[in-house]
Amino acid sequence: MEKMISGKQVSVNEEGFLTDFSQWNKDIANEIAKEENIQLTERHWEVINYLQEQHRKEIPMSIRKIRNSGVVDIKEFYQLFPQGPLKTASKIAGIPKPVSCI
Amino acid sequence: MKKILILGAGTGGTMMANHLKKALNPKQWEISIVDENQTHYYQPGYLFLPFDIYQPEDIIKPIKEFIPEGVDLLHRKIDKIVAAENYVQFSDGGRIDYDILIVATGAKIAPEEVEGMKGAEWRNSIFDFYTFDGALALRDKLKEWRGGKLLVHITEMPIKCPVAPLEFAFLADSFFKHKKMRAQVDITFVTPLSGAFTKPKATEALGYLLQEKNIHIVEDFAIEKVDNENKKIIDYGDREISFDLLVTVPTNKGDELIARSEMGDELNFVPTNKTTLQSNAYKNVFVIGDASNIAVSKAGSVAHFEAEILTENILHYIHDEPLKSEFDGHTNCFIETGDGKALLIDFNYTHEPVEGTFPFPGVGPMQLLKESRMNHFGKLAFRWVYWNMLLPGKHIPFVPTEMNEAGKHFD
Ligand SMILES: Cc1cc2nc3c(=O)[nH]c(=O)nc-3n(C[C@H](O)[C@H](O)[C@H](O)COP(=O)(O)OP(=O)(O)OC[C@H]3O[C@@H](n4cnc5c(N)ncnc54)[C@H](O)[C@@H]3O)c2cc1C
Repeated sequence: MEKMISGKQVSVNEEGFLTDFSQWNKDIANEIAKEENIQLTERHWEVINYLQEQHRKEIPMSIRKIRNSGVVDIKEFYQLFPQGPLKTASKIAGIPKPVSCI
Repeated sequence: MKKILILGAGTGGTMMANHLKKALNPKQWEISIVDENQTHYYQPGYLFLPFDIYQPEDIIKPIKEFIPEGVDLLHRKIDKIVAAENYVQFSDGGRIDYDILIVATGAKIAPEEVEGMKGAEWRNSIFDFYTFDGALALRDKLKEWRGGKLLVHITEMPIKCPVAPLEFAFLADSFFKHKKMRAQVDITFVTPLSGAFTKPKATEALGYLLQEKNIHIVEDFAIEKVDNENKKIIDYGDREISFDLLVTVPTNKGDELIARSEMGDELNFVPTNKTTLQSNAYKNVFVIGDASNIAVSKAGSVAHFEAEILTENILHYIHDEPLKSEFDGHTNCFIETGDGKALLIDFNYTHEPVEGTFPFPGVGPMQLLKESRMNHFGKLAFRWVYWNMLLPGKHIPFVPTEMNEAGKHFD
């Protein structure tokens, strides 16, 4: 489905995840973050950049990958993106949430 | 003589031994396969052992029954691959050279990855069902267990057969109902993902199952440690869940030999091209089944489809041709839902599981993404198909290697 996010028409799924990464931009990230009650700081952006880099390399993300990334430790990851940090951070980064086969 | 060496005589390795025996000229190629075990375990059967549906003898057979004549079966433990010099080192000191190597050493559980998981409660009130021993220990536990809070838990992805934990929860519901003690058991499914189902069509079609069976769910739970004293699991966000019985799927990793060979990622899975199945690092090394890092389910059915593609690509490689056979990520699996019913799903890299009929478009007899008795018989028949068709490398009639889009209800 289509949604207006910070003045731009984008395609999203039922849960509000962007379905086309090329439509993502920083304003959209800020707006999604606001909906999740998160004010993006420099640290958030470092994590978002890392997630997007991995996404471009088609590497599926996991808590372990984050832990080994050297970008952020898990405690801080939870502080930055409370409750389901991987899901929330992926949403803001404009990439799909980690999935299983069904 | 040239040498092709297969590491691991489990599902994928055994299938490759059978395919290559037929495909290669025995005057030119010598085929060897190595495994540290002498027993082949039918791992999908581990799901049924705890509930006494299968007996241990139903799911084990000697490896050598499935290795064709003319293929050399070596019973050795592999220490490491020295890929730069094209040889494999055994733990007892011997070594073997190869021209082409196929890595099929699978994945195994690593409970030591989580603090406290292998502590005092391991096999007292904490069990796995991803090993033969673990499934049997759990069977004995379930026989005497009086009820309480049961957690069915996934530590982290990826795991073998990602739906098995959910199937375990469904079968547990059925099991306790039959024992007339369902009211004394609280079943909670704990997952690091954002739901029991993560794909839109499956969520829509199957969301009712958990509710109907009164299975609670805790999502986005990234476990940090197990508190043995207070019988709790704790996640990185400091959420705590208490348990009386914890059935966990620990971290799954490739064998340590991959780490010793410096050929793996952080979970010892070998970086592999997802369509050709060639290793990213070495042109004469190929990877099949659970040992690779490709983003498909770690399942026997996947290894079966991969084996057909990989055989063609190995022939291309031998003839110096481009590796033009492409794996599309085809996966097909039955999901037990308890009470004598099951679901069937069929999907690939680009298509999520949807409703429809299988294998004949519009006819069935199997129903996709819907519970039925027919699917349950399919699941039970899978054991026969596994021993008699998958391992010997036979093509399964009507089930093509590439996923069929007909008969499926895509939008
Ligand atoms: C509980 C459970 C339920 C499942 N249900 C299903 C299902 O319903 N449908 C389905 O399709 N799949 C299912 N699977 C998955 C399926 O069993 C695996 O995906 C499949 O067996 C993978 O095959 P493989 O050849 O990659 O590895 P394996 O079959 O595990 O073989 C690996 C082999 O390598 C050997 N090996 C490893 N390291 C060494 C070493 N250092 N030296 C010597 N030998 C070594 C091992 O001994 C083993 O024999 C299930 C798995 C589990 C655990």
